[in-house]
Amino acid sequence: MIRSDTSPLRQWLRRTLSLLTGVLLLLALPTVAADAPGESPDQAPGAPYADTTDGPSVDTLIRELPAGNFNDRRRVAAALAAAGDPRVADILAALADGRLLATGDGPPRILIRDADDREAGTDAISGEAVAADVLAEARRIPVHNPLRNALRSLVAVAGVADARPERRIRSLSRLIRDGGNPDLVPFLEERLDTEDDQRASDLLKTLLALAHLDTGDEAARIEAVATLRGSLLPEARRALAATAAEDPDERVREAAMEAVEHAESRIRFFRFSENLFFGLSAGSVLLLAAIGLAITFGVMGVINMAHGELIMIGAYTTWFIQTLIPGTLSTGILLAIPAAFVVAGLVGIAMERGVIQFLYGRPLETLLATFGISLILQQAVRTLFSPLNRPVASPEWLSGSLNINPVLSLTWSRIYIFVFAIMVFVALILVMKKTSLGLKVRAVAQNRPMARALGVRTGWVDALTFGLGAGLAGVAGVALSQLTNVGPNMGQAYIIDSFMVVVFGGVGNLWGTFVGAMGLGVMTKFIEPHVGAVLAKIIVLIFIILFIQKRPRGLFPKKGRAAEN
Amino acid sequence: MLTRRLLTSDWGGTFVLGLLVAMLIAVPIANLMVPPDSPYYLSSYWVALLGKFLTFALLALAIDLIWGYAGILSLGHGAFFGLGGYAMGMYLTRQIGEQGVYGHPVLPDFMVFLSYEELPWFWLGFDMFWFALLMAMLVPGLLALVFGWLAFRSRVSGVYFAIITQALVFALMLAFFRNEMGFGGNNGLTDFKEILGFSVQARETRVALFLASGIAVILGYLACRYIVTSRFGRVLIAVRDAEDRTRFSGYRVDHYKLWVFVFSAVLAGIAGALYVPQVGIINPGEFSPIRSIEAVLWVAVGGRGSLFGAIVGAFAVNGAKTWFTVAYPMFWLFALGALFVLVTLFLPRGLVGLFRRRREGES
Repeated sequence: MIRSDTSPLRQWLRRTLSLLTGVLLLLALPTVAADAPGESPDQAPGAPYADTTDGPSVDTLIRELPAGNFNDRRRVAAALAAAGDPRVADILAALADGRLLATGDGPPRILIRDADDREAGTDAISGEAVAADVLAEARRIPVHNPLRNALRSLVAVAGVADARPERRIRSLSRLIRDGGNPDLVPFLEERLDTEDDQRASDLLKTLLALAHLDTGDEAARIEAVATLRGSLLPEARRALAATAAEDPDERVREAAMEAVEHAESRIRFFRFSENLFFGLSAGSVLLLAAIGLAITFGVMGVINMAHGELIMIGAYTTWFIQTLIPGTLSTGILLAIPAAFVVAGLVGIAMERGVIQFLYGRPLETLLATFGISLILQQAVRTLFSPLNRPVASPEWLSGSLNINPVLSLTWSRIYIFVFAIMVFVALILVMKKTSLGLKVRAVAQNRPMARALGVRTGWVDALTFGLGAGLAGVAGVALSQLTNVGPNMGQAYIIDSFMVVVFGGVGNLWGTFVGAMGLGVMTKFIEPHVGAVLAKIIVLIFIILFIQKRPRGLFPKKGRAAEN
Repeated sequence: MLTRRLLTSDWGGTFVLGLLVAMLIAVPIANLMVPPDSPYYLSSYWVALLGKFLTFALLALAIDLIWGYAGILSLGHGAFFGLGGYAMGMYLTRQIGEQGVYGHPVLPDFMVFLSYEELPWFWLGFDMFWFALLMAMLVPGLLALVFGWLAFRSRVSGVYFAIITQALVFALMLAFFRNEMGFGGNNGLTDFKEILGFSVQARETRVALFLASGIAVILGYLACRYIVTSRFGRVLIAVRDAEDRTRFSGYRVDHYKLWVFVFSAVLAGIAGALYVPQVGIINPGEFSPIRSIEAVLWVAVGGRGSLFGAIVGAFAVNGAKTWFTVAYPMFWLFALGALFVLVTLFLPRGLVGLFRRRREGES
């Protein structure tokens, strides 16, 4: 039920309610928890929370929940929230959801109905499971909307005292989102003394500082500003901005202003880092897509329009292996990498031996022939499997994200794909520079007749080179299957981008492809926030078209004799 | 003199022209005068289909002129075709007027839908036929002029040129898919009602459009033939066969390439303008790179470097496509793909190469 509230009315409502809750909490604590109506709150700060022995026990309070009217219930709930009992958060959450039930006769038993299963439930006090028939006879403890909203905040307050750190962190974040609440200060200060989790303690400090900013004296406000200075939470920034504009004291205003600037410069830095990361991530996708083409087009000069379809074949291999061995996703993905390399590589070799070898030296004809092959491959997949997209699952470790701070979080899948792209690139460089195949490939590319005269079997090298490029496209397909839909048309999405990368980087230069891919990726992502994704793409395309005019041979042109034609 | 140069020196071309003229005479008769129950009756569907093929033939001529004679392979001629089509589509959309769904006197339906206040400036003037027709030639021509000037000046050629033309058409497709462009976005322009006051659905209008397309192809052929048999054309062929040598002989190669490229773009624009009223829709799909590559295939199948071959190729491939997609829809892409491979491997001079004597070869 917690929606992202943005309308002013809801915000106002929430603020009012959390204030109300705080006031009620204060009212309720002395009367119910400490059973000492005469005490004013500041005389015994925190005392009731730590010591429940001289007030009614938590069990008694829980049993009192069904009694009385909505206001009584709110008072009891407030007392419960402050009791620091680990059961309370669940009970209050259940009450807010209308899942808290009470049996009718005798001393009431309080039951929690399961959130997912209406037939199942537990006893709120003992935590034992409850039979379905008891559950069916029990009555729902009524709540109305104001109470429900108050309960949400109380659940968070109760959660601050929870034994589990992650629950405490969540509750604190919720309280921060609700805005600083001065009435909670004594309670929170006490928690700060006992808090041993670093993140929770940071959040507590932030929360306290937010409260002090509203109500503290000048020194406290300045200290609060200093605390919030390092925070990247949007609430902290908003509060600081408000202080900078409205605080009666000039020194506080100045400190707040400086803090806002500090926070904003940090945020700019993290936004920049985020853009850079997105850019490098997009660049690594481009690199993966283009790296095979850097071999087939860059080194061999074959305009391979079926390159995208080789990527598609790699992605389908992933899907096929996952279907063969369901249940073991991680192994499936890892197996798919060599499998896709082999399958796509074999298709590539077949293409080279069957068609392309007759067309060397006629690049435009190669373009048309490979385009024909791409149509055949697409239609073959469509006929063999289905024209619809195939579902490819991702293993657990590829999902989720790495949260560095409130402004910057990096998704794991993109981190892995970035690392993977680098690994593939390094492996390719090693193959080209350190193996005998690489040597022969370079020799044939530089001077075919001379290589042949020295005993290199050029036909065989051609086939293997093309197979290598095709296999790399297949490997790219494995990675891309984790990012996009796997369907017969998926290759088309990459073909133009891949050619742009290779041409931009400089044909025949693997490092050019690397720099080109990363450069275009980063460029796109830095333009995107200003103009949107499609326009950014158009701008990049136009940029490349103009760039080619200026440097017709790309960023890193081949030099020397090999550059001719 | 001119007759000999344009016609009788090239018997294949004359033969194909003869066939075209015969078609232009026979089709209207078979559609308008023969009673519908006669076996010689040709339905309006066929008239529109043949009319469409004629516009494709004109596009193929445009591509063959630059690819076959100047060695410039453009994988983005769909850009010029599509722009010409959009110019005509804008005229036809303006002609809808109050007959649209929303009945707005000036704004097209999609603009009313997207709550435009007034007509964007680039839509002004398209209520006039002559203006739309002028734009259908001028806009592709200007784009080709700017693009070609940039590309040829810095000697971008061959494969690089092919790839950046593909980028051009791809960028246009992305741009026209955007609603903000003001060209109907994804849906393009459609639901046309009238052209020059005649209903676009009427039989007579279709026949007239068919005739216009046929005449455009014949004129286009004669113009291309005139170019390739002129001195200018000889230089083009020299550029195709040995660009550097031509440059060293003192010819401004980039100027020759630029002007033939612009002319070709204008031809493609005219083809697009004739295409749209006959199919009744223009959308960004016309800019998809695959459409442009397909058009290159027509030329390759017909015979690169032979103008009438382009016409033959456009009819052959599109005829086969129409037949396949009805008879064996599954296999059309297989057939098309195989055609690409087989033609490049075994028929480098296309279908007309089969009938041509070797010594006459131009490539």
